[in-house]
Amino acid sequence: MQHIISLLMENESGALSRVAGLFSARGYNIESLTVAPTEDETLSRMTIVTSGSNEIIEQINKQLDKLIDVVKLIDITANGEHIERELMLIKVQADTSEKREEVKRQADIFKGRILDVTDTTYIIELTGEGSKLDGFIKAMDTKDILETVRSGATGITRGETCLKL
Amino acid sequence: MELSGDDIFTQFLKDEGVEYIFGYPGGAVLHIYDALFRQDAVKHILVRHEQGATHAADGYARSTGKPGVVLVTSGPGATNAVTGIATAYLDSIPLVVITGQVTSAFIGSDAFQEVDSVGITRPCVKHNFLVKDVKDLAVTLKKAFYVATTGRPGPVVVDIPKDITDPNIKIPYEYPASIELRSYKPVVEVQAPQIETAVDALLSAKRPMIYSGGGSVLSNASNELRTFTRQLGYPITQTLMGLGAYPDPDPLNVGMLGMHGTYEANMAMHDCDVLFAVGARFDDRVTGDLEQFCPNAKVIHIDIDPASISKNVHVDIPIIGDVKQVLVELSNAITASKREPDAKALKSWWKQIKEWSSKDCLRYDRNSALIKPQFVLEKLYEVTGGDAFVTSDVGQHQMFTAQFYKFDEPRRWINSGGLGTMGFGLPAAIGTQLGNPDATVACVTGEASIQMCIQELATAFQYSTPIKVINLNNRYMGMVRQWQEFFYESRYSQSYVEALPDFVKLAEAYGHVGMQIEKPEDVEGALKEAFAMKDRLVFMDFITDQKENVYPMIAAGKGHHEMHERELA
Repeated sequence: MQHIISLLMENESGALSRVAGLFSARGYNIESLTVAPTEDETLSRMTIVTSGSNEIIEQINKQLDKLIDVVKLIDITANGEHIERELMLIKVQADTSEKREEVKRQADIFKGRILDVTDTTYIIELTGEGSKLDGFIKAMDTKDILETVRSGATGITRGETCLKL
Repeated sequence: MELSGDDIFTQFLKDEGVEYIFGYPGGAVLHIYDALFRQDAVKHILVRHEQGATHAADGYARSTGKPGVVLVTSGPGATNAVTGIATAYLDSIPLVVITGQVTSAFIGSDAFQEVDSVGITRPCVKHNFLVKDVKDLAVTLKKAFYVATTGRPGPVVVDIPKDITDPNIKIPYEYPASIELRSYKPVVEVQAPQIETAVDALLSAKRPMIYSGGGSVLSNASNELRTFTRQLGYPITQTLMGLGAYPDPDPLNVGMLGMHGTYEANMAMHDCDVLFAVGARFDDRVTGDLEQFCPNAKVIHIDIDPASISKNVHVDIPIIGDVKQVLVELSNAITASKREPDAKALKSWWKQIKEWSSKDCLRYDRNSALIKPQFVLEKLYEVTGGDAFVTSDVGQHQMFTAQFYKFDEPRRWINSGGLGTMGFGLPAAIGTQLGNPDATVACVTGEASIQMCIQELATAFQYSTPIKVINLNNRYMGMVRQWQEFFYESRYSQSYVEALPDFVKLAEAYGHVGMQIEKPEDVEGALKEAFAMKDRLVFMDFITDQKENVYPMIAAGKGHHEMHERELA
């Protein structure tokens, strides 16, 4: 099944390639990977979405933890209650008044925001779980989708459990 | 003390207690070589190819327990070292490999002799570093030694751009005597409940089996392993990497297991009900078909690396920790429990094992008119009194050595088990001899393997390492030929080694003694003569039976109970 793994790593050059290299060297799936600095400038936080059997997920967690630059790691999915969010920007064809109305209506239903409007296109911003973003894409007419960009999932555990030093 | 980067480098090695550095100079490390020239605390061993440097440092590390240190230049220097780095990685050997790099300002410009050494070595090191500021040099080197030698050991690469070792830039230097990394905590507390559960499983066993690997050697747990095994009286088998941690011969030792392991060891693995794995990693050459591996066993596994637990085989009782410490705690807990092993069950288990042993699975034709490789190894064992450090290359000769040289101490058997690197044996023997100057060192090899690093005969001459090279020359890549015989209907595609050099003349050309031995009756005398030459490298070219195979054998992907055995007329 799909797991979201979050980790804190030393903000050193090459840290990202150690993680990416581990996944390719050991043949693990990697569905998305995001990385950004944290409030502590010596640390980066990475979120990895991966999938596999329980045994493989256990190995992925152990192998990641074994990387010298990884300071702390949490399998958000295995840890229970959590919040998952992904950002999507989608550019769609909106060159007739019917299309403009339809896109606007769908964007409202999905609680999206229209960020940019031209004579022929709309850009909509959506956040949510990956499945919600998938749902919006399905709701659009495929031939009207001009471009999509997704951030990959990030996540955080609910309540007092924290990933911090 | 104010020092420049090049002097910081040599001063650090001295402060760290480094005795030897194995290397080869080149543009990016010339400042360092100049600094080496100015001191005599650290002795530099000049190899003839960077692969040889890594293997020599590796042999030094395996035989002494101290980290091996390598210095090579950028570009081809670094890439040539990669095979040796990967060899050390697969066998968890502590190496610190310093690679020169082009000047910082040139990095990324495809400069002369530039490669991304950190990138190339990343998948085959425990960790690697690029030094970006001379102020970080000493601390980075300290981190490298710390990471390489603690926890599950392994090679660490430190890539040093040339400007970092600029002799004109001086900064204050102080030896960093200790270091801590917040992201790396190699010391783990053994979980007491796990010890209790393990003791209960061990003492409830009817058909127990101890399976010990390279971790017992790396952890220096030989004495603890002996105490523990004898305390229980359980049968023990060792992996290729573990040989010697528990002595051979010994009544409880059933020999090596795995692809070319003994019949009794593999059958006992298959039938055991409690498997006690200690410092072993369930390698495919050990387990064979995972579906059929120890089908009825509860598995206890001690390992310092949590990622080794349940990687290939499901473990019922994991114990994460240093093998030595865990064995002590287990021995104490067994004593404290006041329980005894099930004597009746154990007696019938040993009876079964003795029956398997009676097959004499390592038998071979002792009446052959040709020299049998097994015979040479038996004689090598006798002539050296079982007291030598033995390195090997990779192939049939490696398996014969594992089967026929009875190692009764750890760190005496030096071979590339994980990566299976041909060319390892000779440079590893040089490192072993330097680390153990008074010891007898033999390198068992074959005519194919030896040619992969034969240039190191010059290194051996330069540093007067009186190694005895036992070349089992069957004019074939023996293990390749064996697989082609078994699995490719004897189509010996490219496995015949044609146009062999005259090894006697070759040895002599390098300044050594060469011998060729063609008849079984000459084997013992020649060995005695060679080993009597205490200060010379003797290259012994044994012309052996071309068609000899290693038995028993479990074909890849088969179960432990599906062994091929030798059929003798």
